[in-house]
Amino acid sequence: MNPLVLWFHKLGSPPYFYRLAGRFQPWLYALALITGAVGLYGGLFIAPADYQQGDSFRMIYVHVPCAWMSLFVYVFMAANAFVALVWRIKLSETLAMASAPIGAAFTFITLVTGSLWGKPMWGTWWTWDARLTSELVLLFLYLGVIGLYHAIEDTRQAARAAAFLALIGVVNLPIVHYSVVWWNTLHQAQTVSLMGQSKISSSMLWPLLTMAFATHVYFFASLLARSRAALLALESGKDWVREIALRESAQEARAHG
Amino acid sequence: MKPGTTSAACAALLRRDLALIWRRRGDALNPLLFAVIVVALFPFALGPEAQVLERIAAGTIFVAVLLASLLSLDNLFRSDLDDGSLEQLVLSPHPLSLLLACKIAVHWLTTALPLIAIAPLLSVFLHLPDTVLPVLLGTLALATPLLSLIGAICVALTAGMRRSGMLLTLIVLPLIVPVLIFGAGACNAAQAGLPYGAPLLWLGAWLTLALVLAPLATAAALKISLT
Repeated sequence: MNPLVLWFHKLGSPPYFYRLAGRFQPWLYALALITGAVGLYGGLFIAPADYQQGDSFRMIYVHVPCAWMSLFVYVFMAANAFVALVWRIKLSETLAMASAPIGAAFTFITLVTGSLWGKPMWGTWWTWDARLTSELVLLFLYLGVIGLYHAIEDTRQAARAAAFLALIGVVNLPIVHYSVVWWNTLHQAQTVSLMGQSKISSSMLWPLLTMAFATHVYFFASLLARSRAALLALESGKDWVREIALRESAQEARAHG
Repeated sequence: MKPGTTSAACAALLRRDLALIWRRRGDALNPLLFAVIVVALFPFALGPEAQVLERIAAGTIFVAVLLASLLSLDNLFRSDLDDGSLEQLVLSPHPLSLLLACKIAVHWLTTALPLIAIAPLLSVFLHLPDTVLPVLLGTLALATPLLSLIGAICVALTAGMRRSGMLLTLIVLPLIVPVLIFGAGACNAAQAGLPYGAPLLWLGAWLTLALVLAPLATAAALKISLT
């Protein structure tokens, strides 16, 4: 067998993935922390204030990376959901379900920071702008997937049902987005495009890209941690989990003397 | 024993479901009463001024119809699941998606069609202009089958659960935001004297897509939740 294909097959096995993810996880967390700190420092202290918005434009360094992540995580979840439904790979089910709460959190942060940003800029906490509305619908979609997953008792069946819902959401999301754009432009001529065509200067851009990188790395670190925990719970009857549990309890006993 | 033809199976299923609903016809009235009461609540909350009510009429009627058919969706597979006939449907040699399409059609005929029929009454409550009424009926005729089709997928996903009411609402509502936007949008455009063809065509296009895909998706979802 082709070594790459072989590696891919091995990756699908829970014990192998558990060990590999455990090795990557601390490094990813450290990388996310460092790049996040650099990006935030660059955004909040080094980048010059905007000539129009002053210092409140700095909200961009949290808001925009989270907004990108809210979509990226949904696509990631849906891709895993597709793999889980078509090839019935257990690991994909776990990954899809582990990414749902992270995506919901990013979407929530996007909405909250957008609202905080909107108050000084537009003079209101909330406006039924097309982007805001589709982000809100996205949050509801995430919550629906999480709710369905937790409502069904059998974990694997729950994961398959929620994965199916995530896929329906993918079909629906463009329709929602364009219908909302259409609805909004029908009623309000005024559009809120803060960035618009204005070119962002490089002194403002690099912290934004650094933050985008940091949020991606954080997502994968958090995903690995969540799916490792989920795999332990899912495979709790298996030998490899028993070995890990025995090793951990032995270590704990030694530590307590 | 040889299985009958698929069309005979569909006809038998349609007859059976319609007969079941006819024997409990009191229950079938509940969504209607619900919609009437919801619409009647709005004047109490907003005041009886005709201008205010006229302004919100089409949207309110749309939301009331939507909630009423959502409420009745929960019963789509409930009794069949309880008495085991749903499993027989899944095991039958005929395509499950066709059989489920029949069930969805019965659901639409028995809940949405009466709701469309009382829409003129609701529009009198809220002083909807007479010229908008045909547009409202047209959009409801396009939007309610969409609700039944999309809702059926979600009901199939939650079929195995004991209490799914709230969760079902949480799952269905984000998916049908476009239906509401286009449906109420067409009525509002007609009320403002603007052309309303485009949203109706969008609804029609989406209904065509859903008619083809939703029964297949419902069948797939039902197989997931019954394993």
